[in-house]
Amino acid sequence: MMSLLDYFRITKTSSASLAKERLQILVAHERSSRHQPSYLPQLQKELLEVIKKYVNVDQDAISFNFEQDENQETLELNIVLPDHQAKNF
Amino acid sequence: MARIIVVTSGKGGVGKTTTSAAIAMGLAKRGHKTAVIDFDVGLRNLDLIMGCERRVVYDFINVINGEASLNQALIRDKHCDQLYILPASQTRDKDALSQEGVGKVLEELSKDFQYVVCDSPAGIERGAHLAMYYADDAFVVTNPEVSSVRDSDRMLGLLASKSRRAERNEEPIKEYLLLSRYSPERVKIGDMLSVNDVQDILSLHLLGVIPESKSVLTASNSGVPVILDEKSDAGQAYADIVARYLGEERPHRFIDEKKGLFGKLFGGK
Repeated sequence: MMSLLDYFRITKTSSASLAKERLQILVAHERSSRHQPSYLPQLQKELLEVIKKYVNVDQDAISFNFEQDENQETLELNIVLPDHQAKNF
Repeated sequence: MARIIVVTSGKGGVGKTTTSAAIAMGLAKRGHKTAVIDFDVGLRNLDLIMGCERRVVYDFINVINGEASLNQALIRDKHCDQLYILPASQTRDKDALSQEGVGKVLEELSKDFQYVVCDSPAGIERGAHLAMYYADDAFVVTNPEVSSVRDSDRMLGLLASKSRRAERNEEPIKEYLLLSRYSPERVKIGDMLSVNDVQDILSLHLLGVIPESKSVLTASNSGVPVILDEKSDAGQAYADIVARYLGEERPHRFIDEKKGLFGKLFGGK
């Protein structure tokens, strides 16, 4: 239940500013993925599988970045390797 | 050559048909011969908003299929002789709209009309795609609400990539923001995204703000485009939008709260 104090508190974040913040993040993300080729998610998944065969990394350790300018398209792949790189087979 | 305007939004229920009817009427009232086309095959409603539902004989798909001529299908508006309505088919399969067929109808209309307003269905399916494909200008109708803003941004992506202008590498479609169902009172207390918030997110040229208004429902009840209700705030907002689109300078209204008598007396500016 909302207390009387809450009711009079003026400093609480408005729902509109929350909406704006959420939308700005979402729209920026959706815009950046708009120009990516449609095969990218699949490529990302398969590359990750291959890398996992050799190095013990989790999903978060890999980031993909696709960039496009007039002359070329660049696919950048960043892997943060764990301290002990090689898997023990 | 006609200028082709698509009225689009992605999300349903934000006011596309209300807007299409109002701006088509506004352009026609100002002496520009205008046609307004309903692209919502299977769920036509523009006829109802325009008040010509009982005069529909042939429709858009009859024309595409060659079962009726364009002149037979076009309905002349009863309020303005410069305005014609091309209704959607209520019964046919929506696949009956073909890109080639739509292109032919628009080309024929272009010979005789100055503006063609395409009322897009909601969603991103065939009808919505074809409504925007041949457009020169896009009126993106958005409500100050998260899902509508997100969907509008999605439509901007499609306008930039899936249109004839994009495919031919021509000058891109001109995009305009129409912010509808706006409530300055709710914006003031932080309950609703403001015009500036929405512009910050979408970075679109603002053509006008349409306030949340009772007159929109009464206009649709009686089948008269709301722009003809010249006393109403929504009607005036649409009149401003048409004027701005035609290149006139009009200060933006309906962004700030309406002041009551007390506010008018003591509120300063």
